[in-house]
Amino acid sequence: MIEFLQQLINGLAQGSIYALIALGYTMVFGVLRFINFAHGDVFMLGAFAGLYTAPSLLKLCGGGPSFPGAAAVLLAAMLICAVIGILIEKLCYRPLRDRPRLTVLITAIGVSLFLENAGQYAFGADPQSFPEIITDRALEIPESWGALSALTLTVGQLLVFGVTFFLLIGLRAIVRHTRTGMAMRALSFNPVAASLMGVNTDVVISFTFGLGSALAGAAGILTSIQQPSIDPLMGINIGLKAFVAAVLGGIGNIPGAALGGILIGLLEALVVGYINPSYRDAIVFGVLILILLVKPSGLLGKPEREKV
Amino acid sequence: MLAITELHVSYGAIGALQGLTLKVERGSIVTLIGANGAGKTTTLRTISGIVKATSGTITFDGEDVTNIAPHKIVARGLAHSPEGRMVFANLSVMENLRMGAYLRRDKSEIAASLDFVFAMFPRLKERLKQTAGTLSGGEQQMLAIGRALMGKPKCLMLDEPSLGIAPILVQTIFEKIVEINRSLGLTILLVEQNANLALEISHYGYVLETGRILLQDTSAALRENTAIQAAYLGG
Ligand SMILES: Nc1ncnc2c1ncn2[C@@H]1O[C@H](COP(=O)(O)OP(=O)(O)OP(=O)(O)O)[C@@H](O)[C@H]1O
Ligand SMILES: [Mg+2]
Repeated sequence: MIEFLQQLINGLAQGSIYALIALGYTMVFGVLRFINFAHGDVFMLGAFAGLYTAPSLLKLCGGGPSFPGAAAVLLAAMLICAVIGILIEKLCYRPLRDRPRLTVLITAIGVSLFLENAGQYAFGADPQSFPEIITDRALEIPESWGALSALTLTVGQLLVFGVTFFLLIGLRAIVRHTRTGMAMRALSFNPVAASLMGVNTDVVISFTFGLGSALAGAAGILTSIQQPSIDPLMGINIGLKAFVAAVLGGIGNIPGAALGGILIGLLEALVVGYINPSYRDAIVFGVLILILLVKPSGLLGKPEREKV
Repeated sequence: MLAITELHVSYGAIGALQGLTLKVERGSIVTLIGANGAGKTTTLRTISGIVKATSGTITFDGEDVTNIAPHKIVARGLAHSPEGRMVFANLSVMENLRMGAYLRRDKSEIAASLDFVFAMFPRLKERLKQTAGTLSGGEQQMLAIGRALMGKPKCLMLDEPSLGIAPILVQTIFEKIVEINRSLGLTILLVEQNANLALEISHYGYVLETGRILLQDTSAALRENTAIQAAYLGG
């Protein structure tokens, strides 16, 4: 039982990361109907943004690892990633707006390869150790909790839960209750009708890329706190898994992406704990094939109706 | 208010509009009728900037608005309720109406527009929280018109408001169009296949055939025209 709970905690932590990244895939799909394959690399850039900004930001916040320091690094990475995401859309995808979707998809793969190679050129191909922005240690669980005290819960995991929860609530508020969020939803249903309401679709699309990329940036920092070895190719595998999560939840569906991310994280942890760690990736991609066969619109997605 | 001169539009090799010229006087209801594929929708979409003109000019309120972006056209006061309604099915009725007022900031004026829309279409008020996709076709048409009015436009373009709606409801909607025109003094450009009804409520009419204006006259005169009767009014 304790073993099982432990796997759930681990799975939830990893699943939160997938959820944050999956949201970017799904939001961009919502407004542009294509998969931004470079999104996993934006996650990687978030980690490197943290690597390079951490020394000065930590100094600014009083020296060593601290909560304010970690918060500053997190915000900086989110901001940098938002700008990068907006630039990627503006420079690479916008000129192709009226082209066949396949063209844009191939371009996205090109952007992804470019970021990975440029990353290796700029940051070096070898893994680098991520600075300690917060001291990640196991929390003491009091003896009075009985058997539960055998669980391991780290500061890093707690931070992942807290930040993810906060970001999900914030995202929900933006999407449901702000004017731009409403425009995003309208645009994802019918871009022409949205423009007839006076929505500047370019601005809303930029906003969507910024928002999704900021979440990927946050995921980059949260991952690096727990696994402080980062490299320019770290976004490939995690990005693919997050993509699977978005499809599982129903691509284009925001709560679906969050749910899909958590489920994939839990599934992985259970496979690692109870089956065989080396089957992890195979089983996740097996899930992708299964959804595509059984319910292509995903868990929460509605079947796409043909536009008349 | 709205003047189109020698407008040409093509989709690839197909010339959808071939030198269309028409005028909409301030405060009037002008209708554009024509058979399937004549280019009615294309005309409205080009005025709204969704489709680009290859040549010709569109002036609105004295200014050249040819080929400017759709959201800028809306900002100048030209609303367009598109063919097939295009309500945001994933948004609530209230959110759809708020989308109509997307560019407006003045809360009290928006509230006044909302009251006007509810007075026109009380049924919308009963269904404010409902998802627009679950409305009936007729209710969606009311919502599409109400949404367009929420922008407080100077000119309203309606593309086939009768499309796919029960005849009795069509009658109601056309009465509302007249009422909107009278009470707000709103200029309306109405595209219709239902020529009978359209010519009944409009002041002036244009008959479009394969991208060109075939005939134009006051609506009363068009109704008397035997050629029009034979071709568009069912006898
Ligand atoms: N997106 C498009 N691509 C290619 N051709 C188009 C497109 N939209 C319209 N057309 C063509 O342009 C011509 C005019 O079409 P339009 O939709 O303007 O006609 P309409 O008068 O509105 O017809 P309806 O009464 O059926 O709505 C038609 O021949 C149509 O096939
Ligand atoms: Mg049409």
